[in-house]
Amino acid sequence: MPDVASTEERLTERDPLAESDAPARLAAADSPPASTGLTAWQRVQIARHPQRPYTLDYIGAIFEEHVELHGDRLFADDPALIGGPARLDGRPVMVLGHQKGRDARANAHRRFGMPRPEGYRKALRLMKQAEKFGLPVITLVDTPGADPTLPSEERGQAMAIATNLLEMARLRTPVVTAIIGEGGSGGALAIAMADRVLMLENAVYSVVSPEGCASILWNDAGLVAEAATAMKITAEDVWRFGIADQIVPEPPGGAHNDPVGAAAALGAVFRATLTELDRSYGCGEALDADRLLRDRFEKYRRIGVFDEA
Amino acid sequence: MPIRDLFRRDHRDDGSTPGEPGADATPVVAHDQAADAPPAPPPTRSRFSPRAWIGTRNVPANLWVRCGNDRCKELIYTREFEKNLRVCQKCQHHARLPASERIAQLLDEGSFQEEDRGLRPGDPLGFVSAGQRYQDKLVETQDKTGLSEAIICGTGAIEGGPLRIAVADFSFMGASMGSVVGEKVARAIERSLDDRRPFLAVCSSGGARMHEGIFSLMQMAKTSSALARLGDAGVPFFCLLTDPTTGGVTASFAGLGDVMLAEPGALVGFAGPRVIEQITKQKLPPGTQRAEFQLEHGMIDKVVHRRDLRSTLSRLLRLYTGQPSAIAGRGA
Repeated sequence: MPDVASTEERLTERDPLAESDAPARLAAADSPPASTGLTAWQRVQIARHPQRPYTLDYIGAIFEEHVELHGDRLFADDPALIGGPARLDGRPVMVLGHQKGRDARANAHRRFGMPRPEGYRKALRLMKQAEKFGLPVITLVDTPGADPTLPSEERGQAMAIATNLLEMARLRTPVVTAIIGEGGSGGALAIAMADRVLMLENAVYSVVSPEGCASILWNDAGLVAEAATAMKITAEDVWRFGIADQIVPEPPGGAHNDPVGAAAALGAVFRATLTELDRSYGCGEALDADRLLRDRFEKYRRIGVFDEA
Repeated sequence: MPIRDLFRRDHRDDGSTPGEPGADATPVVAHDQAADAPPAPPPTRSRFSPRAWIGTRNVPANLWVRCGNDRCKELIYTREFEKNLRVCQKCQHHARLPASERIAQLLDEGSFQEEDRGLRPGDPLGFVSAGQRYQDKLVETQDKTGLSEAIICGTGAIEGGPLRIAVADFSFMGASMGSVVGEKVARAIERSLDDRRPFLAVCSSGGARMHEGIFSLMQMAKTSSALARLGDAGVPFFCLLTDPTTGGVTASFAGLGDVMLAEPGALVGFAGPRVIEQITKQKLPPGTQRAEFQLEHGMIDKVVHRRDLRSTLSRLLRLYTGQPSAIAGRGA
């Protein structure tokens, strides 16, 4: 496995902002994060660590004046996907994300960060609001996947996710996504079709959980570690595929060891990314939304590996 | 292709996500009679049994098929079954169709022109599953099915009305969506943007293809954003959901039709019944996630019997085309 330092070098080649605006520790190639050399399965475990900062932790640490808004105006409020306006360095933005619970009781409430259709519809409501009022959208992804239960099916889980994908493709405001923990399949993508996709160093992003892959494809639930490796789900893999734009380094050992430091690093990259988007597409009334949408479309349009005879 | 090949289904390793319903959840299409017939006792005059009767004679193995509905299991004369569009006359169970047969049933004879035939899957992860390389699995599946991938796209007409069609074939790795399926659907949408032919997706899928990992997931974004453009241009998009349509395909292009039709009894959902039962430790009531359930819950517009598909689609095609639209051309 290539080490993170070489990843950072490549990052720097691709995006000069990564060097100029990220914390100093990030730029110092001679002090790579302690987690370098972790296996994919070890990273999955860090991504799921119960003490890892969650969406509300990052919102509290990075943003000011956050007002959480509730409800999809159709059925219910979903505590597994939260969001509302906030300020980033004084600038109003719309921030939303999956919210896990830290203990059994909180998880009964948050449903382990697995949104129901009302969660995705609330997310869409907030994103449309952001478009209406000219706020950039920042989404934080941390979910094992969309809720796979009967109530969600009855209310159109598939259609809720599909609608978000379609609407995000035409959302006339910049969207920045950070995968902060688990990027679980369609349940993650439904708020992650962004202009810029960031991944925390130990976050994972996958089409199916390692457990799902092991039991479905290999008929052996014990092969999770092998599945995690084979699926190529680490930040480094996803970045190398060109699907994540930037990796955000975590404190040594993982974000749970130093939540404040992790939030500082993520906040710095958010600022740098918004600055870069402003520079590329303009902001406020000067926003070139047509070009923004064209580039967003192209970003996803070109993903795929196939041969053509 | 002999009937027995048409009906051969691999339910063990079709490479789809947990939404995939699998053999225990969905009635399998009719079995080849000869394949599972035990040594038959000689027929007696008092109790005639077609199975025993066939067993004692040297008749072609594909003369009879068995209805895939577990509660029916009717033996049907193959020629009758085909004439009846592979719907059981007794219980109206709709058997799964290979893409080629679906095209033949739906489109005007000789109208189909295939597009993007040359796309072949790659192996971006270098994936190996159960000791078998994904590349080898693909070759094996291609040989077995005679298909290059899980979806066939092209143009055609229904009762004279031109359209573009994409038809999934469940026998190709559970019609799971990898890069090729996503690319072919996106290209079909873009071609329809150019020539304004209405686009019909005949869907069926176990979900995203795990073997291509995150690339499969991103096909959801690719196909959905292409549909956003099609919608902005005012070109109609119809979905026909067939048994089974689940996972990332339902949660992307198959969930976004201007009009959503489904065949009777088709399983339609995000998470498959097996996954739901595993997670909630509860047995789902019969009929859950079937087309009729989805109609009742407002997720689809209409359940259409196979024999009425052509007339329904033809009517829709005419209703949705030919009128100038104030928003048409809004998109790029």
